[in-house]
Amino acid sequence: MAIEAGKQTHSELAGGFNADEQRVDWHDETLWWIRQKRDKAAHGIPEWELLRETASQIKNNVLSGLAAYLENFEARALENGIKVHWAADAAAHNQIVYRILKEKEVTQLVKSKSMLTEECHLNTFLEEKGISVIDSDLGERIVQLAKEPPSHIVLPCIHKKKEEIGELFHEHLGTAAGESDPQVLTEAARQHLREVFLTSKAALTGVNFAIAETGEFVVCTNEGNADLGAHLADVHIASMGIEKIIPERAHLGVFLRLLTRSATGQPITTYSSHFKKPAPGQEIHLILVDNGRTEHMGREDFRASLKCIRCGACMNTCPVYRRSGGHSYHYTISGPIGAILAPNLDRKKYADLPFASTLCGSCSNVCPVKIDIHQQLYKWRQVIVQEGHADLAKKLSMKGMSLLLSSPSAYRIAGKSGRWLLRHAPFAMNNKFNPWYKQREMPAPPEQSFSEWYKKMKK
Amino acid sequence: MPDNPLSLRIGLFVPCYVDQFYPGAAIATYQLLTKLGMDVTYPENQTCCGQPMANSGFEHLTDGCNTLFIDQFSEFDYIVSPSGSCVLHVKEHLKDKKQPEMAIGIRKKVYELVEFLVDILGVQELNASFPHKVGLHQSCHGQRGLMLSQMSELAAPFYSKPLQLLKLVKGLELVELSREDECCGFGGTFCVAEEAVSVKMGKDRLKDHLSHGATFITGSDMSCLMHMEGILKRDGSKVQVLHIAEILNAE
Repeated sequence: MAIEAGKQTHSELAGGFNADEQRVDWHDETLWWIRQKRDKAAHGIPEWELLRETASQIKNNVLSGLAAYLENFEARALENGIKVHWAADAAAHNQIVYRILKEKEVTQLVKSKSMLTEECHLNTFLEEKGISVIDSDLGERIVQLAKEPPSHIVLPCIHKKKEEIGELFHEHLGTAAGESDPQVLTEAARQHLREVFLTSKAALTGVNFAIAETGEFVVCTNEGNADLGAHLADVHIASMGIEKIIPERAHLGVFLRLLTRSATGQPITTYSSHFKKPAPGQEIHLILVDNGRTEHMGREDFRASLKCIRCGACMNTCPVYRRSGGHSYHYTISGPIGAILAPNLDRKKYADLPFASTLCGSCSNVCPVKIDIHQQLYKWRQVIVQEGHADLAKKLSMKGMSLLLSSPSAYRIAGKSGRWLLRHAPFAMNNKFNPWYKQREMPAPPEQSFSEWYKKMKK
Repeated sequence: MPDNPLSLRIGLFVPCYVDQFYPGAAIATYQLLTKLGMDVTYPENQTCCGQPMANSGFEHLTDGCNTLFIDQFSEFDYIVSPSGSCVLHVKEHLKDKKQPEMAIGIRKKVYELVEFLVDILGVQELNASFPHKVGLHQSCHGQRGLMLSQMSELAAPFYSKPLQLLKLVKGLELVELSREDECCGFGGTFCVAEEAVSVKMGKDRLKDHLSHGATFITGSDMSCLMHMEGILKRDGSKVQVLHIAEILNAE
């Protein structure tokens, strides 16, 4: 697939990841363990499939009336004393954050997990303006220290082994060389982050759910880092994609029951924090970000991917993701959901992603809001080819195949000569130019095809 | 079983690569259906359902295959094929602008072999014997697409049509797997476009079967088995792959 010149495709990046097979095994087994925890948690409640269906329908309803829900939400939020901002794109979002921070003369921002700010590349933008950003989610902090993007939306540093984290902490946080005990490392991170929490005047959080009925929003974390940041700072900025709305507070229970069971197999996140109005002396700014979502909503075949609640279950179950690593997707959101979200933004740059799948369908089955992920992967393939992003060799071979298979006589001749060639001159196919042959034998070519057998039998 | 199965005309749809490389699977399918009293015809001008192009993003180039498929198969009561994947493609994507109702008609009467045996013929006994340790590979399109068996992701009661049939085979010992329905990594053109991941997936699937003592690996899609066979042979393994029709037809 044609992507930007000089950039590696998923296949190439995954090939690199597979150079270390033991690491692939470790990555696969770690994520499979999480998938099993998910199964146990999900199958433990009898109404699981009903919950998924309910969540799916609530989200369908939201997408069909998003404009009204957003206006409703804004009105309630303003009444509650939240300052509401609208950002058409990533640049506008980053400018709004910068303006707020500049006005308050803030030079250090503490940030809890927000995939949206990753999508907007907020950290680099603010750092160029002289504002330091410290990610307070442990996994995010680890990849930030390693100067890497997260490889998973829920488990940002799942690609790193504890020894590698120990090395990073030794370099940046002064832990002992060779220290890799998770408890010791976590304690070091706690002490380091405590200092950041106490000295930051501004905190940024993501938003998991925004409730149109009440104007409040909910942030889910396991570490309590969103709460620490937001409550200790004078200014709390919350960034949310416009699709994060749910109509009523009563709906929240459906999503909270699904979210963490799907993500990690926990019954609920350790902290599900509601933010409704600023405390005396504090400010809450909420930024509603579009960044391509409105246009995305106009694509009927692909609209449902906006239902995503970012649980990561599709990544944990994906046999390709587990064996290629999150970074091979070269987009903020990796795995199957990333592969159907990314082409909404750039079909050329992400032309390879919908092809990084066997279309096995496991992703659609674990999705708590029933997004038809594998069907969308198939449909994106059609769109990407139609828009001209397939490479020439592939176009030609597909055209040739189509002509051959449309003609019974051409098919018979090609089949017979192909089998003859494989029998008498196997080197014609068994060579390094055939990617099948690199690690697999070709099937043994039989003397006669089924159709030849059938013809003889019928005589 | 329908009132008079002998009156049913079955069109045998043999996927192109099965026709060329695995005639044994198609012969077994033909013989099995014939043994069960079906009137089976193989329309001789069939080629391919068009899935290789469609899954690669070239569905717009499948018109020729679609028209040919309709032309070859519209006359039959049922169309039966030893491939979940190809059947799923026909069920979901067969179309023809000039004769849309013909395409819809075919979509409704095309069956994968296992589901035809279980759902339409209601097979309760088979005169088959296969005294070996067998691993069942669940091919994804058959399982998750045609719902041949319950999927491990769903909180729903267990069932398995292929298992139901394999249990009728004398002497067959089924091995348990650690991951009962993980993809083998074939995935059509994925197997060459994403060679590294594809092979790794295949190796991992095989390890599960082999470590549980399987001496044969079976399934309802020859494509997955072809991929795993390629890896087995490269490793010099004695373990063999066999299409489920060949086991159900083994006497």
